[in-house]
Amino acid sequence: MRSGFHRIIARFRALFSSSTLDRDLNQELDSHVAMLTDENIRKGMPPDEARRDALLRMGARESIKEQHRELRGLPFLETFMQDLRYALRMLRRDAAFAAFAILIVGIGIGASCTIFSVVDTLLLRPLPFTDPASLVWLSNRPESGAHDLSGQTTQVGYLLDLRGQNHSFSDLAAYFAFYGVGDANLIGDGQPERFTRVPVTQNFFPLLGVNPFLGRQFTADESRDGSPCAVMMSYGLWQRRFNADRSIVGRSINISGSLCTVVAVLPASFDFGDIFAPGTHVDLFVPFPLSDRTNRWGNTLSIIGRLKPGATLAAASAESSSLAINMKRDHPERNGFTPELSYLSQYISGRIRPALILLACAVGVVMLIVCANLSNLLLARGASRQKEIAIRSALGATKPRLIRQMLTESILLSSAGAVLGLLLAFVATRALSHLSGMAIPLLESVRVDGLSFAFTVGAAILTGALFGLVPALHVPGPKLHESLKDAHRGSTRGVGHAWIRSALVISEIALACVLVVGAGLLIRSFARVLAVNMGFNPQHAVALRIDPNSTLYKTQEQRNAYFTDALQRALDIPGVQAAGLTDSLPLGHNRTWWAGVQGRVYTPKELPLAFVRIVSDGYFKAMGIALIEGRDFTDSDTPATRHVVVINQTLAQRNWPGEDPLGQMIQTNGGSMVVGVVADVRHLALEESSGSEMYLPIRQTNDYPAVDLVVRSSLPTADIGSRLRQALRPIAPDLSISTLRTLQALVDTSVSPRRFVVLLLAGFAAFALILASLGIYAVISYSVSQRTQEIGIRMALGASAGRVQTDILRQTLRLAVIGIGVGVVASLLLAGILRTLLFGVNSTDPATFLAMLIILIVIAAIAGYIPARRAARIDPVTAMRTE
Amino acid sequence: MKDSRSDVLQGTLDLMVLKTLDAMGPMHGYGLARRIEQIGDEALAINQGTIYLCLIRLLQNKWISAVWGASENNRKARFYSITKAGRKQLIAETENWERIAGVIGKVLQLSPRR
Repeated sequence: MRSGFHRIIARFRALFSSSTLDRDLNQELDSHVAMLTDENIRKGMPPDEARRDALLRMGARESIKEQHRELRGLPFLETFMQDLRYALRMLRRDAAFAAFAILIVGIGIGASCTIFSVVDTLLLRPLPFTDPASLVWLSNRPESGAHDLSGQTTQVGYLLDLRGQNHSFSDLAAYFAFYGVGDANLIGDGQPERFTRVPVTQNFFPLLGVNPFLGRQFTADESRDGSPCAVMMSYGLWQRRFNADRSIVGRSINISGSLCTVVAVLPASFDFGDIFAPGTHVDLFVPFPLSDRTNRWGNTLSIIGRLKPGATLAAASAESSSLAINMKRDHPERNGFTPELSYLSQYISGRIRPALILLACAVGVVMLIVCANLSNLLLARGASRQKEIAIRSALGATKPRLIRQMLTESILLSSAGAVLGLLLAFVATRALSHLSGMAIPLLESVRVDGLSFAFTVGAAILTGALFGLVPALHVPGPKLHESLKDAHRGSTRGVGHAWIRSALVISEIALACVLVVGAGLLIRSFARVLAVNMGFNPQHAVALRIDPNSTLYKTQEQRNAYFTDALQRALDIPGVQAAGLTDSLPLGHNRTWWAGVQGRVYTPKELPLAFVRIVSDGYFKAMGIALIEGRDFTDSDTPATRHVVVINQTLAQRNWPGEDPLGQMIQTNGGSMVVGVVADVRHLALEESSGSEMYLPIRQTNDYPAVDLVVRSSLPTADIGSRLRQALRPIAPDLSISTLRTLQALVDTSVSPRRFVVLLLAGFAAFALILASLGIYAVISYSVSQRTQEIGIRMALGASAGRVQTDILRQTLRLAVIGIGVGVVASLLLAGILRTLLFGVNSTDPATFLAMLIILIVIAAIAGYIPARRAARIDPVTAMRTE
Repeated sequence: MKDSRSDVLQGTLDLMVLKTLDAMGPMHGYGLARRIEQIGDEALAINQGTIYLCLIRLLQNKWISAVWGASENNRKARFYSITKAGRKQLIAETENWERIAGVIGKVLQLSPRR
């Protein structure tokens, strides 16, 4: 046993010291012969004969050396090294081919590795929490059926009851889902800057298993109503704004005018926004008290639970549902609660999952095309290398040996491609993780890690084997003198080749077809989404956070005066056409309130809910929201006057079908009269209709979490930003300009996942088209060069150049048509994968299929035309003489 | 590929080399080849070069070790000597050989049944 081990080690070592060992052996054999000769001479032989006899008794020296090498080394590896050296030599000789092959494999593997890294991060890699598999997302099933945040969140009382009564969870924690994006204005230590602050329950971080990098978790005391403000900050904020100063813990910082003690800095690995609110940054965390007061706020919490060891999701679901029924019966005063449980990882990656699966499939198709293309190229090379191979087999190379040689070559190519691909993937993943404003979860943690690396290595070997296999199996077998003889007269040979090559090209075209159709459908969907009537006009409008400073403006009156002043100052800027205030911009946060008709009695199920927005006069004009009837708010809609409300068309239709809504009363804000009707706004997502909406005047309520000033003007964005700042500085000294956003940016963020998928898929499709056209070109021009003589004879017999050209074009188009036929069938079968990603387009959309048809036919025609023209220019005399 | 005769020969050659080194102390390849020829009374007609294939095998198993030195008439040569592991192997192989030889001897003594 042990000696067997020694031998393997020794053999392995011998690989690397081959030349020393050879020299040793030579030296020994030389001495041996010399000593034998000496002895022979001593015995009385003449020197010549003595040496001859010595050499004879020694045996065949080369054979001994050969056996010696085999015994001491690892023949398998040595052959491999030999093949590798040979392959390198071959590729160096044909550098253009090698460069091209490496380039396309590189692009293919780069794309695969990038997509794999994204898939790995979003679907495979566990979340950066302790035992993430037992984390559960608990949401409320909205009774209205709408996708509004108020419906999906849960009231504080239910969380407390559920925590006390359940047996499935070791603990339940939550965060306040209606945190205002950018509502924390950090004052002092430089320029005022707005950050997003999320209130979390005291056990939120312990439950996730996130331990502070510095400092400690929130205490129960800090999580009570009315306790002094405590705050945790993200690692990024600490690094950037506080220069990684370790003494920050225990210090007080000024957030929007109130002093908060920093209790902890969170670890760099924790990024709330990346996981729970993709596309945004969350930097501050404060305790959220679970009290009667917060219970009265209604549905506010997004709940995360940790299952007890052994508890299943199904059991937890069933238990929560039955507990919820009892709780609802015991507390009729509360909002509804129908818990819906899913694994946290599924909740987070759920929305992007179909798109990722699609991209993974697409990149697989791209790799197949790359393989088909390289197979084709290698086959063409194989044909021109027949003579070389024939000579090698004449010298004793066996068929398996030759196949191994060919496979070594193709795997060498694909490995070189993989190196390039890995570089590309590094660049691509870096670019992806630095994309800002992408509403895709976990995107910032995308990177090439060990798993992606292993994937790349696997992909490289598999690719090499795949594209090398067909040409390798085409190594001529025992009929070697035929190959030797048949070096040039290629008219009959290559029939088998031609068949395989055509099949490869057809499959390339078919695969490209599938990708083009997929990309086409998504591009059309994307265009449809962008063309949707959003209800507002995002162009030439910007929004700036201008929350009233709580120390300067304490009363509602003071705040209303501030609003009037701010609006006037904005309107005074030359070039500003309209200005208005809102508490929530479209495509951002949302909340719903009851919006029943005053005096009408509803059962809880029927009670109409409407998305509510607190706005000022001028808002509709600034946003470009059309006023259908009635009037806009004015600055005289104050607490002293009658409460008014503006509703959208959907709510008007719902509450007063066929009636005039103006002058009607809605039971909100203590009863408000409808004074205007505006167009529906797509504020959830461009793909979703808006539902019922209502707008309350900002001067008649205090219930706004934030105030954005929306300004419509023809000035450039940077310009309007600085002018606004200048104009507002006297009344809003702590204004931070970092929160200036264009409305177009909001729309862009909202469609970013779709754009991401469309861009990638379109890129893949374009790459596939290029490869397919190269494939067609290679096959046709190869067949032309093989048939030069035949064409020459035909032309000598009277075939016109045009006729020859048409024939070759027809041959090309035949390939293309078969490929497209297969591709159309495949696309129709596969279109199902796309269905969830389409918008306003059918998966069998005739226009897309027609466009694909035209694109592919045109590309095939161009790819075939070049060799066809070359064929038509063949001079019969030279063609027949060259052979 | 190799026929069975050379396999048997290989095994016996290994055993012979080990035994010779054990009995005579360090020797070079030429000396070993000559010695085995003499003992075999020139009946074992092997190519002398074969000895080096045997030696590399034994070396890799760490049953023998080698050092460069000078021969009696000042030729550069590698001197091989048996190692501890080699002695163990020699004992095991010797027993093995004797057992097999015994069995074969018995088989060959069987008188033919007429």
